[in-house]
Amino acid sequence: MAKKQTNDDTSQINTMNSIPKTYKNYINGEFPRTESGRYYSVEALDGKHIANVGLSTRKDVRNAVQAARKAQASWANKTAYNRGQIIYRIAEILSGRREQFTNEMVLLGYSKEAAELEINACIELIVYFAGWTDKIGQVFGSVNPVASDHFNFSRQEPVGVVGIISPETPSLLGMLGLLLPNMVAGNSQVIIASKQFPLPSCTFAEVLATSDVPAGTVNIITGLKSELIPPISKHMDVDVLVGDCSLDSELRVMCELESASNMKKVYFWESFNSLEELNSSPNETISTCLHSLKDPYHILHVQEVKTTWHPISE
Amino acid sequence: MSEKNLSDQSTRSNQASISIDWSYANAPESTSHVTFSKHYGLFIDGSFTEYNENQSFESINPTNGESLYRCTEANKSDVDAAVTAARKAFKGTWGTTSGTQRSHYLYRIARMLQERAREFAVLESMDGGKPIRESRDIDIPLAAAYFFYYAGWADKLAYAFPGKSPKPLGVCAQIIPWNFPLLMLAWKIAPALACGNTVVLKPAETTSLTALKFCELLQDIGLPDGVVNIITGAAKTGEYLVQHPDIDKIAFTGSTGVGKVIQQSIAERQLPATFELGGKGAFILFDDAALNEAVEGIVNAIFFNQGHVCCAGSRLLVQEGVAEKVIDLLKKRMQHLIVGDPLDKNTDIGAVNSKEQLETIQRYVNTGIQEGASCFECSGPLPTSGYYFPPTILTGVSQSSTVVQEEIFGPVLTIQTFRTTDEAIEKANNTPYGLANGIWTDKGSKIFYVGSKLKSGVVWSNTYNKFDPTSPFGGFKESGKGREGGISGLHAYVKLDHNGGMY
Amino acid sequence: MIDRIPIDAVGIQERVARICTRSIKKESKLQALDLALRMMDLTTLEGSDSEGKVRQLCNKALHPYTELPNIPSVAAVCVYPNRVALAKSILKNSSISIASVATAFPSGMSSLQIKLDDVKFAVSEGADEIDMVISRGAFLSGEYAKVYDEIALIKEVCGTAHLKVILETGELGSLENVRMASDLAMKAGADFIKTSTGKISPAATMPVVLVMLQAIRDFHETTGRKIGMKPAGGIRSSKQAIQYLVMVKETLGNDWLDPSLFRFGASSLANDVLMQWVKEKTGRYQSLNYFSND
Repeated sequence: MAKKQTNDDTSQINTMNSIPKTYKNYINGEFPRTESGRYYSVEALDGKHIANVGLSTRKDVRNAVQAARKAQASWANKTAYNRGQIIYRIAEILSGRREQFTNEMVLLGYSKEAAELEINACIELIVYFAGWTDKIGQVFGSVNPVASDHFNFSRQEPVGVVGIISPETPSLLGMLGLLLPNMVAGNSQVIIASKQFPLPSCTFAEVLATSDVPAGTVNIITGLKSELIPPISKHMDVDVLVGDCSLDSELRVMCELESASNMKKVYFWESFNSLEELNSSPNETISTCLHSLKDPYHILHVQEVKTTWHPISE
Repeated sequence: MSEKNLSDQSTRSNQASISIDWSYANAPESTSHVTFSKHYGLFIDGSFTEYNENQSFESINPTNGESLYRCTEANKSDVDAAVTAARKAFKGTWGTTSGTQRSHYLYRIARMLQERAREFAVLESMDGGKPIRESRDIDIPLAAAYFFYYAGWADKLAYAFPGKSPKPLGVCAQIIPWNFPLLMLAWKIAPALACGNTVVLKPAETTSLTALKFCELLQDIGLPDGVVNIITGAAKTGEYLVQHPDIDKIAFTGSTGVGKVIQQSIAERQLPATFELGGKGAFILFDDAALNEAVEGIVNAIFFNQGHVCCAGSRLLVQEGVAEKVIDLLKKRMQHLIVGDPLDKNTDIGAVNSKEQLETIQRYVNTGIQEGASCFECSGPLPTSGYYFPPTILTGVSQSSTVVQEEIFGPVLTIQTFRTTDEAIEKANNTPYGLANGIWTDKGSKIFYVGSKLKSGVVWSNTYNKFDPTSPFGGFKESGKGREGGISGLHAYVKLDHNGGMY
Repeated sequence: MIDRIPIDAVGIQERVARICTRSIKKESKLQALDLALRMMDLTTLEGSDSEGKVRQLCNKALHPYTELPNIPSVAAVCVYPNRVALAKSILKNSSISIASVATAFPSGMSSLQIKLDDVKFAVSEGADEIDMVISRGAFLSGEYAKVYDEIALIKEVCGTAHLKVILETGELGSLENVRMASDLAMKAGADFIKTSTGKISPAATMPVVLVMLQAIRDFHETTGRKIGMKPAGGIRSSKQAIQYLVMVKETLGNDWLDPSLFRFGASSLANDVLMQWVKEKTGRYQSLNYFSND
């Protein structure tokens, strides 16, 4: 039987000097608790309790989608330059909070080295995508030489509200790889955070809340994928579902099946790292992941093409 | 229903009529927070050289004709030092910097320009004469936007050149004019750096100040030494730069005359070169246009920035049926233009950049009158000191008049009429220039038709003098070669294969 | 009967933006504040306007701010027809006019006869000015002759009272419609054209006002008659009011800078103008605690 550790009086008083944070959902620019009041315990690698996080329900999904829909039009109507600046500022804010993130990631099982490399990669990825807002149309749009006296042009437009299913890794990079192309495209988002490693996503909500991202543009909720994917995949006011390829195959099939209800577009791409690979060769794993995420074609996936005709005549 | 006979106004409303003559009091922009030096050296290899009185020249504040500061006239060995520094940086630090890193530097430049925006705006107005409202609302924000835009290309060049592996050209020699000093600097430096080049830039001799302040900003950001070098000076300095054997590219914005001289002087070297030269834009106003907005467009096209705009709509071509109405509306609008101290927030038209330019403008107007034109100028008072010219319109001119053929570069508009669409197109194209034109009509199909026939690099429809970093700008014919802005703006700064660059 | 004038909304927006960059300071600001006060139609148009409420408004009109001498009077008070008599009794010895809304305000959705009777009632109660509403439904379905005739008939029963025609620009859908409605109203006999009832949003906006001022300018050019303009609703700050004055000056000239040709339909604007005034005189930013809120 292990000897119980006793702490003397001073050290007990010391431990209450820290004020552990209550992690909540992020919806419409605010931090509400899940309407169900249920929670689950997030644990460190050694089993120690780190935080309680909400077990969100379909009602939270409903609220988040409403907020996203309300915010989408004005996000899309900002100039590309403005959106680019706002996304760049997310990087500025994240950069200032490096330590907060690396500390959390270490608790979750990252080596310190991997955590620092990953945060740098996240910042780099945000800056990379910030630069696409006012270029994607130039590279992928077109003026089409139709065989009649018409001026004909094709432009990319946002699709609307996107449901994002985060991979089950502690990786913020993976979640950002799904989020950023959508923001660039002019969509608004509801993100279902990783169930086992929700903290970086919850903390990222603080970054969003303190940068210039308008309320409701990005919403983040925590909980069980098995409880949250059904309502979001069936939701008639969600236009796109985006997720990581590692999603459980049954849930993935559900996404494809339920998307038929309103012909949602469904895209899965590889965005995550496994913790073991990360800790064993962080440099290589992160730079490979970063390289594969720096892909403007992900933006194209979540945009519509609109083609317009106009006569050319005296 | 009949028109009412309403000559009798209501009588029960008993408001006493007290007509007042309401004018705007002075609203000076504060300059107390702004700092600049009285003497500047050259910015070479990351630091300023020591100022030497014997090698200096003064820069005049056009508001009062007084000396504002002195800077150094770069001689042949200074130019050599600058090119050497640029070459060293290209081979060493900058040449090995990744696109991602380059983008981070350029983003920082954009952000810091935003942070220091007001100071730059005040200095731009003091040095060059343009109204503070223009430098504050247009020049400086747009300069930051060009850096922001090109920052985003630095790590994405493969997408701008599908099928090719773009490489930088090397050391770029850049010469810019005095009409939009900081903005022209941004148009040159941002794409050059994004593509991995290093730069030696010569600002115009009457407007060096914001370029020199920009160097301080580069030091604060920690841009590696030698990536950007600024050498102040006049025509001689420009010559040394263009003739230097170790430059890889020339970018020049200025008059067509000087552009031709440069083109001739590099003939034996087959150097890639882009030129953005003069213009004589036509402002084509159809009878089905939104006339009030068109009149405001005319004001934007020719009177703002004192007409010192290469793409200015300096020739109004108005459809005969609405000519009288338009001229009447224009004259009324001109009466509300305020010519005054550039640092007054209500000033619409600031100072002409220099004594020489003022004399040039006056000469042209005199020639116009001699050749038979009628002249109308806005009647507001002009400041008593400094270089000022009132917004002016010249009617009774024809296609062959000197004032219609030659670029005046001042707030002077010539007015001609036309009858048919094709006539307007012919007149608009009948010039050796081809920088920009404007089309004003409510009919979309006409915009596309006329636009497709105009021989100019820029066509503005129902708007004028609009600039954006994503939008390519440049001229046909003697207005130049190459484009700045957009993906086209990158073409000038890369080499795509063993054949070299695109220009 | 009325030509459709093409209007470019982006161009209008740009002209508005430039007008808003005017910096009005020192003595020109004081002049503007003085003008704004003199041009004000202090307004209360609520279903809950009891006698006491209207009395309060009239008292405010008579004594806007007792701390400062020489505060000019507002131009008018604006009330519903059944409060005209009361307002008249309080203000009869002042220079302040009584304006009354009429014609089934704010919707105008009633028979022509009722609308005419509404006007006659207000006039008989002592109204000096009538603010009528046009039939927007008829306008939007292209029945321009009907809209025109209504205005003309209402003008007739106004007698010597001056007629403001409310276009309800927030319902008209486009700047080109605003221009058409303005031209129509002026041709039919309006003494003033007015933007809004203040009961819907958007009420007065700068692009709409600019278009209406341009219409007035062109009408004056063709007929020689000067028609007045009144933006109403949504004007809460002196800064906005001054921007409108700049717009009037640069579109119509100094002649229109007069309460006989320009009014502000507002209620809370009065206190903001007074606060700005006192700030200009004393150098201190003010608090609403020091200004009566009748």
